[in-house]
Amino acid sequence: MNKGEAKYRRERLDRGIKARSDTIYAIASRGDMLYLLLPRVLPIFVAFVLPLVVGEYWIKVIVYAAIYGLLALSWDFLASCGLFSLGLAMFFGVGAYIAGALNYYFHWPVVVTMPVATLAGAILCTALLSPVVRLKGVYFAMITLIVPLLLSRLVVATKMVGGSHGLTNLTGFGNEWFSVYFTVLSLLVCLFIFRRIIRDDYGLVMSAIRDDDRAVMSAAINIFWRKIQVLFIASAVGCFAGAFMCHNYQFVGPSVFALDYSLIPLAATALGGQGTFVGAVLGSAILVPLSEALRAFGGLRVAFYCVILIASIILLPEGIFHYMARKYHQIERLVKS
Amino acid sequence: MSVLIYGTIQSVILMLYAYGFSLVYGISGIANFAHGGLYILGGFVTWSFMNYLGIPYFLSAVFSVAVMGLLGFVLYWGLLLRIRGINLSELVVTFVAGIAILEVLAWKGLYGFYYNLPVFVKGGITIGDVAVDYQRLFVLASGVVLAGLMWLFIHYTNMGLSFRGIAQDERTALSLGIESDWMGALSLALGSALATMAAILILPLGVLEANIGYEVVIYAVTVSIVGGLESTSGMIVASFIIGFGQIVVARYVGSSWMVIVPLAAIVLILAIRPSGLFGKYKEIEERI
Repeated sequence: MNKGEAKYRRERLDRGIKARSDTIYAIASRGDMLYLLLPRVLPIFVAFVLPLVVGEYWIKVIVYAAIYGLLALSWDFLASCGLFSLGLAMFFGVGAYIAGALNYYFHWPVVVTMPVATLAGAILCTALLSPVVRLKGVYFAMITLIVPLLLSRLVVATKMVGGSHGLTNLTGFGNEWFSVYFTVLSLLVCLFIFRRIIRDDYGLVMSAIRDDDRAVMSAAINIFWRKIQVLFIASAVGCFAGAFMCHNYQFVGPSVFALDYSLIPLAATALGGQGTFVGAVLGSAILVPLSEALRAFGGLRVAFYCVILIASIILLPEGIFHYMARKYHQIERLVKS
Repeated sequence: MSVLIYGTIQSVILMLYAYGFSLVYGISGIANFAHGGLYILGGFVTWSFMNYLGIPYFLSAVFSVAVMGLLGFVLYWGLLLRIRGINLSELVVTFVAGIAILEVLAWKGLYGFYYNLPVFVKGGITIGDVAVDYQRLFVLASGVVLAGLMWLFIHYTNMGLSFRGIAQDERTALSLGIESDWMGALSLALGSALATMAAILILPLGVLEANIGYEVVIYAVTVSIVGGLESTSGMIVASFIIGFGQIVVARYVGSSWMVIVPLAAIVLILAIRPSGLFGKYKEIEERI
């Protein structure tokens, strides 16, 4: 150990502007307002302007990023309640299959199939997983990992809803501008709602269940019922993403249960930072375009992904968003110890 | 008769799949989702020893078990040690490491009939009126022997006793001079070696394909959950229930319905007895 380290230590301090404008609600100047507004308004502005400047191909990428962002939000919402899911593909797939089947067999229009798939899918997923919410952490993760894999095998084996060929020729959106702004808007609305929920009393109970569920139980709160509610909300978001994607592809097959839909939201949240929802969106905004750029590597793409993910977890366990927020709000300096 | 024989063989195969997974979880509390990846990698390492270096089969099997054990050790020491205790990160890292292994192997072209391991003994016999090939009988026998050896190892050697100590109470074990990180790394090494042994035994029955890794991890997790995650005997019983269930379904309903059995078993067990057949924890709230 060298002498400099022994004498000095790092200290983090909130910037004065944060102390003034964040907690005390005494916004003194335009600078303070800007300090608060800029990190909130700028990303929204970018999200709306970006589709106008990039080409047709990258518009599709933005749609994917927004859809994965929705899934990542759903994951993060579950995780805020202590439910670590490895099977987001289940929500995605169930939503996609319900919307696809309604459209394929009954020729219902998109306006009907998407809300129906969102609600019915959420009810179905919640019902399927409701015995499992009693489990926590790794146990819940293991069950949710295998359920979508088994569901996809079920579809192939029983030849229900199209079997391994899937359902084709579903109604599409036709208009790229509509799909890109629709998904970006849904993502932002969902982000806004989730952030409101988590700051509310309801969110307080959720985090308490994650941290110490017995304390919550002793406060006479039915944690299983709470977890089922959380599961319902999260699966509704996942099913919505699935229903949208099935109309966007105009196709639904067993691949909607693929590991990608479980892995990428998880990776995005781990990269962006868990617990604030913004991290989840930020992570998918980084990861999905990156994965498009890695397309040149072909089959190795997923492996690269995995390596990036492991590296980011080990080197920056808190996530990019928390790191950025710290740099934005705090100064670091060396002080004598 | 054929249901009896093939059911037993299928059960032993499931047990071999799940053994390493269950062991690692029981000792170090890590759900090693990389198990399927290690399984296939073990098969591939054996294949490479034979075909690139020209080492005879049995020798390369021994070598690859050693190499894979070392890899499991490195996986723990290099990656998992740094994030020990963060549940989410442990989960993600093992899961993702497994996928990385499988994807790299798939990229290297590990599918189709080109890659396969030879059977130990060619041919087969007829028991009653059922034809069984020797390899399946060999899997059966060695599965039983392996389970017996593991039982002896866990119960009568110093290292096995330390494993059990860590599994039962980490703090007390620490105070007796058993280092938990060392034991965790060794347990992962052992789990990885067991996955490789299972691969060497079972893979000659089919082809060496990257996709099998996912199946292996599904079955390993299913069997372990149904049996109760901490319990080896529960794992063995569960593999027999699911194995026989699968063979019965394949025989009387149709082989494409075999995948329903693990799903049904999981749903049933979670509805009736969420801690698994032989799970130690009666209180579900304790299952953190």
